[in-house]
Amino acid sequence: MKLTVDGLLVYFPYDYIYPEQYAYMLELKRALDAKGHGLLEMPSGTGKTISLLSLIVAYMIQNPHHVRKLIYCSRTVPEIEKVLEELKNLIKYYEKSQGEKPSLTGVVLTSRKNLCIHPDVSREREGKAVDGKCHALTASYIRDKHERDSSVPTCQFYEGFNREGKESMLPYGVYTIDDLKQYGADRNWCPYFLARFAIVHAEIIVYSYHYLLDPKIAEVVSKELNREAVVVFDEAHNIDNVCIDSLSVKVTRRTIDKSTQALQQLEKTVAQIREEDAARLTAEYEAMVEGLREAAVARDTDMILGNPILPDEVLNEVVPGNIRNAEHFLGFLRRFIEYLKTRLRIQHVVQESPAGFLKDVSSRVCIERKPLRFCATRLSSLMRTLEIPDPSNFSALTLVTHLATLVSTYTKGFTIIIEPFDDKTPTVSNPILHFSCMDSSIAMRPVFSRFQTVIITSGTLSPLDMYPKILDFNPVIMSSFTMTLARPCILPMIVSKGSDQVAISSKYETREDVAVIRNYGQLLVEISACVPDGVVCFFTSYMYLESVVGAWYDQGVVASLQRHKLLFIETQDSAETSFALINYIKACESGRGAVLLSVARGKVSEGVDFEHHLGRCVLMFGIPYVFTQSRILKARLDYLRDQFQIRENDFLTFDAMRHAAQCVGRVLRGKTDYGIMVFADKRFSRADKRSKLPRWIQEHLKDSLCNLSTEEAVQICKRWLRAMAQPFTREDQLGVSLLTLAQLQSQEQQDKIEKQVIQK
Amino acid sequence: MTTSSEDVLLSVGHVRFKKGDGTLYVMNQRLAWMLENRDTVAVSHKYADIKTQKISPAGKPKVQLQVVLHDGTCSTFHFVNPAGAEAQAKDRDQVKMLLQNLLPKFKRQIDGELEMKSRLLSLHPTLKHLYEDLVISKVINSEEYWNTPTLKNYTESNNIKQEAGVSGAFLADIQPQTDGCNGLKYNLTQDIIDAIFKTYPAVRKKHSDYVPNKMTEAEFWTKFFQSHYFHRDRIASSSSKDLFGECAKMDDQAIASAMKHTTLDLTVDIPSFVEPTPLVEEDAPEPKGESTSIHRNMIKRFNQHSIMVLKASHKTNSSNSSSSNKTTNNNNKTENGVVGNGVEKRVAEEKTNEPPEKKRRILEKIHYEDLEAGNEDAEIQELKLSKVERYLLGPSSQVQQSGPNANPPPLSALASICQAWSSGQQCSRPARVSAASAVAALGELSPGGALMRHHHAASMAQLIPPDVKSELHRIYLSGGELLRELWRCFPAPAAAPAADADDNIAKADKFYEALLRFRNVKLRPFEEKMLRDLTPLATSLTRHMNQMIDTACAKYAMWQQRQAKLR
Repeated sequence: MKLTVDGLLVYFPYDYIYPEQYAYMLELKRALDAKGHGLLEMPSGTGKTISLLSLIVAYMIQNPHHVRKLIYCSRTVPEIEKVLEELKNLIKYYEKSQGEKPSLTGVVLTSRKNLCIHPDVSREREGKAVDGKCHALTASYIRDKHERDSSVPTCQFYEGFNREGKESMLPYGVYTIDDLKQYGADRNWCPYFLARFAIVHAEIIVYSYHYLLDPKIAEVVSKELNREAVVVFDEAHNIDNVCIDSLSVKVTRRTIDKSTQALQQLEKTVAQIREEDAARLTAEYEAMVEGLREAAVARDTDMILGNPILPDEVLNEVVPGNIRNAEHFLGFLRRFIEYLKTRLRIQHVVQESPAGFLKDVSSRVCIERKPLRFCATRLSSLMRTLEIPDPSNFSALTLVTHLATLVSTYTKGFTIIIEPFDDKTPTVSNPILHFSCMDSSIAMRPVFSRFQTVIITSGTLSPLDMYPKILDFNPVIMSSFTMTLARPCILPMIVSKGSDQVAISSKYETREDVAVIRNYGQLLVEISACVPDGVVCFFTSYMYLESVVGAWYDQGVVASLQRHKLLFIETQDSAETSFALINYIKACESGRGAVLLSVARGKVSEGVDFEHHLGRCVLMFGIPYVFTQSRILKARLDYLRDQFQIRENDFLTFDAMRHAAQCVGRVLRGKTDYGIMVFADKRFSRADKRSKLPRWIQEHLKDSLCNLSTEEAVQICKRWLRAMAQPFTREDQLGVSLLTLAQLQSQEQQDKIEKQVIQK
Repeated sequence: MTTSSEDVLLSVGHVRFKKGDGTLYVMNQRLAWMLENRDTVAVSHKYADIKTQKISPAGKPKVQLQVVLHDGTCSTFHFVNPAGAEAQAKDRDQVKMLLQNLLPKFKRQIDGELEMKSRLLSLHPTLKHLYEDLVISKVINSEEYWNTPTLKNYTESNNIKQEAGVSGAFLADIQPQTDGCNGLKYNLTQDIIDAIFKTYPAVRKKHSDYVPNKMTEAEFWTKFFQSHYFHRDRIASSSSKDLFGECAKMDDQAIASAMKHTTLDLTVDIPSFVEPTPLVEEDAPEPKGESTSIHRNMIKRFNQHSIMVLKASHKTNSSNSSSSNKTTNNNNKTENGVVGNGVEKRVAEEKTNEPPEKKRRILEKIHYEDLEAGNEDAEIQELKLSKVERYLLGPSSQVQQSGPNANPPPLSALASICQAWSSGQQCSRPARVSAASAVAALGELSPGGALMRHHHAASMAQLIPPDVKSELHRIYLSGGELLRELWRCFPAPAAAPAADADDNIAKADKFYEALLRFRNVKLRPFEEKMLRDLTPLATSLTRHMNQMIDTACAKYAMWQQRQAKLR
């Protein structure tokens, strides 16, 4: 249908529309008009993606001077593929109704591992190995060598692309990963570099968070994107953690050992080249003296990783004199690594600020801050000079130089924690140096300042006011939408006690209590006896899952569970978990039914959907608080309190509840779907927890459902399931949760939608 | 009873039977004994009737051999060879050895049948009840019982057994029972063993390797129950003694190879979910042998168990389902209109096999069925009714229908109903509640609903104690069986008098008597007991049963009369 959103003609590739989709577009348009940032929460399964795409594409077509580009970031590869298919659908609809393709190009960018079509290289399963092999075939000096000596292998696809690909632009259309590969294979072009080249000109880019948020990748990949762009972060409930991870470094003893090896190898190579071809080293030295920025000469194939620090912090100065010489620089690095080694030789936990660390470095091994800041660039320059064929072998050393650069650049918002052992195994010496970012706004800030509109959206962003605080930005719009429903297709319940009236809770004092574990088991058994098909359970941590399963086996809970359904359990091995998952799906599809025990914050909770019969019920056993004894977390909490006036408890509860919501939200993927959400912990019924659930869940969580025992919950489930199993037709939905164009345009409906948007 | 036609395999003189001396003959088919100087056989036992033979212990002064028959009687032969105890023992042993060889040959025939019968009884509790009520209480004899057609049904339908899946909890269902002195007893049935073999091919292999050459069946299962393989909370012992240590490893390998050969669906392929982040060291493999590794191992085993159970039940139909899956999906694609057409074209372009499948999954994921104006009519199956009025007005009683001029609903009404029906789903169906209110009513009527809070008139089912209920059930079961047999004996009304009419008469007589016996032996005592225990209900409980018996008796009497007239 073609609808008008606040005066903008939007092509929407479906015949019907949900009221909340319209409301969402309305809000989104306001943000685009204001050229400001926005924060939007809308339940999963209400067509968020297509609403976003429809509106922004329409806006781009009609206001080409205001918005030139759409950068759509999502988290997982399947999500990215879904977005591309939706986009394709939209473009097809444009084509059908206008008679010609809109002049837009949509292209995906993903790692070499997913895009490579080289017969040998693509056979590698690990991303790092693919990158390394690719580099060994496409680096500029390798290709130079090939000019002289044709026996040096190169990649025919890159050569093909380099010869012909750069002159022409991709024809209009949408290119998924498979399309790119096909396109590349047809023309003998490398799809990866084709995509890298194409994103500069393409109107729509779909890629993963890292390409924009991680400075060392963003510098290489996303440098040339222009300002008039709309950036969308979908599934953004964890965006603060992505920001933090992209600036944090972890150094273990293994890293030190490996980097020492790498250093030795480099020294050998330098010595060799000094004998054979000293001119090369001299040329490099001269270049540094003159302060030539290596970016000017660098070719896209040579760069593996950019500078780990944000662009506004990069110094535009010449490399300091004491590390210009290759041998001097390696000596410098050796001293730094030795220093780190001594720091790892400790018996107790040390926490210090970057400033303290720098001071200690300078007093102990006489390393100044300035040369330290250039470490990362200096090393990549050296590796280029030395023509290292496969830089992936030097990743440990690169990591150390990144640490050096980061620690000397940022003094605020970071902390250094050195732990002599893992808390779980205090007897095993396993020292780790964490250089940890505590402020998620640091990585986010350049994105906010660089692009005119940044939209952060997800199914679960409640409480909304937390994100502007921790990401430090001023949104022009901030809204949460609920799901209009023709029938109550979610049934959230808080089960606070077992059948023996013992309160159930995963609180630290009671979590190992036999009665609590038994009550959890009984709840699961009874639920699995009355709920058809798939049941998914989430535990607060993997350790807790393990101990509960052990106890359940002893108590016979596992046996009675197996009488009703097949049992699958998430493990820490992701390949094993995938296999269990595929069998879980098989079991659900064959009608046997299955139970999946899984972990909040685990891989399953973050990336796998359990739509329709794959998940008719989700149980959340306990509140998924993060491990609060972690020192990194404590440091972050302190920082948040001091800098942003966020109380520790508020943040912890916020974090736990967003994960809980994320877990239970996995069960509902659309309005024709239905599912039960059981929160099995007494503490969920407290106002501070309940009020932090997303609005669309809260609305259905009536007071009468907040303090149930196991039997009561099972009775309610039975009645509700019976009602849900009735046929559900479009006529039931129409006018309430589903609108035709005519209905949408009626004044009454418009008012209703206007009212529905809750500004927070 | 001549012996001449049979070969005498062995004849032993000086054998005393019931204080008379004579000769014992071991023949082809039977064991016979003849008194001295007579030519008639005094004792003759067919081998098939002999259950077992017993001999007196070596030290005893009397050297004897006893044969026990299936009906419980036994005959004892005393060897009294004047040559002394040694010769007597030698005689006896000769007979014994011969019998030992002969008996098993005959045993099998009879046992086969018996075994089948007893297995049938143990498999079907209802049959067992029937047997107890009818045969053991001597209402009918065993032969009649086994010849009833119901039973034949059972025995025959058993042959075309449907392949059953494996219960997920079959291992857990083997509950050990303590035998009182620090021992555990596990009850294994053939079903459980089948399930174990089906699910764990490794155990089956072990079983065929070891049983019966290296150990007996019982020993094998004892070992099985002792192993860590059965007890998931035990860690695999490294000692080679454990028979099943290898099995766990074999399972691991099987799962690993299955993992390698399954192409993961993109929605569950966790390892490739996230883009690889550079410079992040993969975590070093966890040191093994921690305290938690018991649980970790257990979790792995639970997953394996579920996967193998699933595999065991999918073995036969997996190929079918996958292919049928594909075809249905193709149908979907073409029906989806806009989306489908585009995809199909693309599919044709792409040569490799995987991408279309992947694309299909993605499309499935992003598809909102309610947002699209579907051409759903194509999919809906129309209800075909041969008699529309019966569907709309509900079944009416048979009598009215069969009457010569049953008043049909006016044709105009019928036509209008038909028209309303065919014009679409939304026709006003007379006197019908909406699905929603029907469900609401159903909800209110189920336990916990508004209408179920106070039940004034408790139903009879709730008042009767369970033991009485089961007894009543059994009476119905056996009574029903007898009644059915009796009714079967009456000739069909239109059938011409058949040759086996006499047969039928005899049978009818027999079952009529059996019915009367049943009433006296079973029903009456039950009624009396009810009068004593459950006064308000006593008569109402058996009223229907009595009615049925009376009807049958009346019919029998009438039939008897007519037969008498015919003669």
